[in-house]
Amino acid sequence: MYQYTEFDKQFVRARAAQHRDQLERFQSGQLSSDEFKPLRLQNGWYVQRYAPMLRVAVPYGEISAAQLSVLAKIARDYDTPDAELLAEAQTTQDKLPGVAPKLTTNYGHFTTRQNVQFNWIPLSQSADVMDLLATVNMHGIQTSGNCIRNTTTDELAGVAVDEVVDPRPYAELIRQWSTLHPEFAFLPRKFKIAITGALEDRAAIGWHDVGLQMVKNAAGKVGFKVLVGGGMGRTPVVGSQIREFLPWDQIMNYLEAVIRVYNRWGRRDNLYKARIKILVKAEGQRYFDEVEAEYTQIVEKDGGVHTVPQAELDRVSACFRAPSLNLPQDNPAWAAKAEADVSIEAAKTPAFARWIAQNVVRHQNPALRAVKLSFKRVGQAPGDATADQLDAAAALVAKFSAGEARVTHTQNLVLPWVRLDQLHALWLEAKVLGLAQPNIGLLTDMIACPGGDYCALANARSLPLAAAITERYQDMDELDDLGHIDFHISGCINSCGHHHSGHIGILGVDKDGKEWYQVTLGGSDGKELSGPTVPGKVVGPSFSSFEVPDVIEAVLNTYKALRLPAQGRHEYFIETLRRVGQDPFKAAANAARHPAVDAQTA
Amino acid sequence: MKIITTPEHQAVESPAMLVLANDVDPRTLDLNGVTRIDLVFPKFTDGRAYSQAFLLRRRLGFAGELRATGDVLIDQLVHMQRTGFDMAVLKDGVDASAAQRQFDRFTGFYQGSAVETQPPFAKAA
Repeated sequence: MYQYTEFDKQFVRARAAQHRDQLERFQSGQLSSDEFKPLRLQNGWYVQRYAPMLRVAVPYGEISAAQLSVLAKIARDYDTPDAELLAEAQTTQDKLPGVAPKLTTNYGHFTTRQNVQFNWIPLSQSADVMDLLATVNMHGIQTSGNCIRNTTTDELAGVAVDEVVDPRPYAELIRQWSTLHPEFAFLPRKFKIAITGALEDRAAIGWHDVGLQMVKNAAGKVGFKVLVGGGMGRTPVVGSQIREFLPWDQIMNYLEAVIRVYNRWGRRDNLYKARIKILVKAEGQRYFDEVEAEYTQIVEKDGGVHTVPQAELDRVSACFRAPSLNLPQDNPAWAAKAEADVSIEAAKTPAFARWIAQNVVRHQNPALRAVKLSFKRVGQAPGDATADQLDAAAALVAKFSAGEARVTHTQNLVLPWVRLDQLHALWLEAKVLGLAQPNIGLLTDMIACPGGDYCALANARSLPLAAAITERYQDMDELDDLGHIDFHISGCINSCGHHHSGHIGILGVDKDGKEWYQVTLGGSDGKELSGPTVPGKVVGPSFSSFEVPDVIEAVLNTYKALRLPAQGRHEYFIETLRRVGQDPFKAAANAARHPAVDAQTA
Repeated sequence: MKIITTPEHQAVESPAMLVLANDVDPRTLDLNGVTRIDLVFPKFTDGRAYSQAFLLRRRLGFAGELRATGDVLIDQLVHMQRTGFDMAVLKDGVDASAAQRQFDRFTGFYQGSAVETQPPFAKAA
């Protein structure tokens, strides 16, 4: 992991002090609500439906055991509304039709952008929480607001077997460059960068304002393929390639050009047309030409001062060397034996075998594996972790993964440094904690935003639907049989639940003050199994919350009826969908409507 | 960076000053003889004037006064100073007493700016 220097540490502390100063000025009336809002947002403090929400930055998803422990402490000691507020919130939620889980407190929530959120911390305690975060080099810098957000990356960065270049040092360089950039703190809209260094895109780069794919050119030089103008929201757009090859040391100069032209030209008259995707769509080549011209000026007239020196890359890269783990030195025989032992154990214990198949992935080091802990289970919202679970996860990370984990885009945790000979012990401990559900990549490993239970922007709740599907599909054999399915739920068009990229996507919409849901099919985040990045297509008019679980079941039954064998397995859902098209799925979904319930609730 | 009030801002009229709307490209201007340029923040969340200031100072080498006007609040001042402004007209009613400590808080930043052009890694090299 990146090791914070004294400069980095005091910077985070100064930022916490700045937030305290702003909070105090707000409390004393020197700052109005409207003036305070963009300031607190840039430290991750939203005000939600009932209480503030804090979004803590986890730069490119990499998090230490010590940091997880502090998040546990925050969940336990601060994520608590007063009883009256909670009771009032619950009463309000209970008035909504349909069965829904109760509101919960004292937990952290892993987000699709690899950050961690809390939903109940009183704003008056926000400065204390920022001080506490700063003790482990954490903060909420630019996790919200119209600025450059946390850079996300491949959850397997640095360990993936298909990696060309480890993207983490570059993600860290981008983090530093974008932190409190004076010119780009008040952009037309938020700005998200994703970077991958592997052959397969596991970072959904096509869906970002800037997507970076690390490549080596014919001469073996490292650089970036640069996409620009991707984004979800009301108008889903896949990013366009603006540069086939940008030398690695030019990344800051080039981002400066991309964002300066956006800052100057991006629309500010309409919130829904302010993202860079709209500018890129409207201006196309003219925008690209302006960026290239600006980049040339930055290098030639301004002297290219942000060209990254080799020494700086080396300094940062040194932090990302693989941990030693006391493995027997250079011993393929040891690894082979350890792998054989895992196979023997798996043969004896089918549940362990299933976990290995579903939740454990190969590693650059043959003696190691990356392990995915599932935070998708009955009784908890997707990606939620209680204080105790965060503490327990911290202990697992410390014991089995060299003290380092990754928050994943699918709202789980990856332990990237697990020894083969410790897999079974890890499984046993994770199982007791309820973190070993072998459902990674399956239907119940769904993405869901907090939705209308917490979020002030949501048109509809996400969590009751997530719970209904999780409860309906608990049979592991059935889930296994359904195979890999990206199931994504967003409570509103802001698309925090990435419904556009789901093989099956659900979007909450508001009609006459009631919750309705659009179903989309065939979206892709750009990974191999999902195919080229594309938004899903809407299946007819929206459904009521009562209908959605039956609609999902009808769609899945259609898949089971139509799928063909493929390479020793049956086709995945997305493969069948691509082969036969949307029509049979649409017909099944529409046939699953409940006309009687519609009449009652209309 | 000097911070002034609206009356102080209005006190001096100079023929050698320009007022630029924030959608003007400063590279299209004739800056000959211009000693002061007022840039405008119609809302403090509209950050276009930061890019104008940067281009004027860094790209065009403008050495006169760059003045921030409009919706200018305490927490923008450091950004303004770093993008090349040297004068800011605080919005009416804003208490200036909280301003100075904002400049003292951070001992350094990660990027080069219009004023301190070299980023830390360039200085270290």
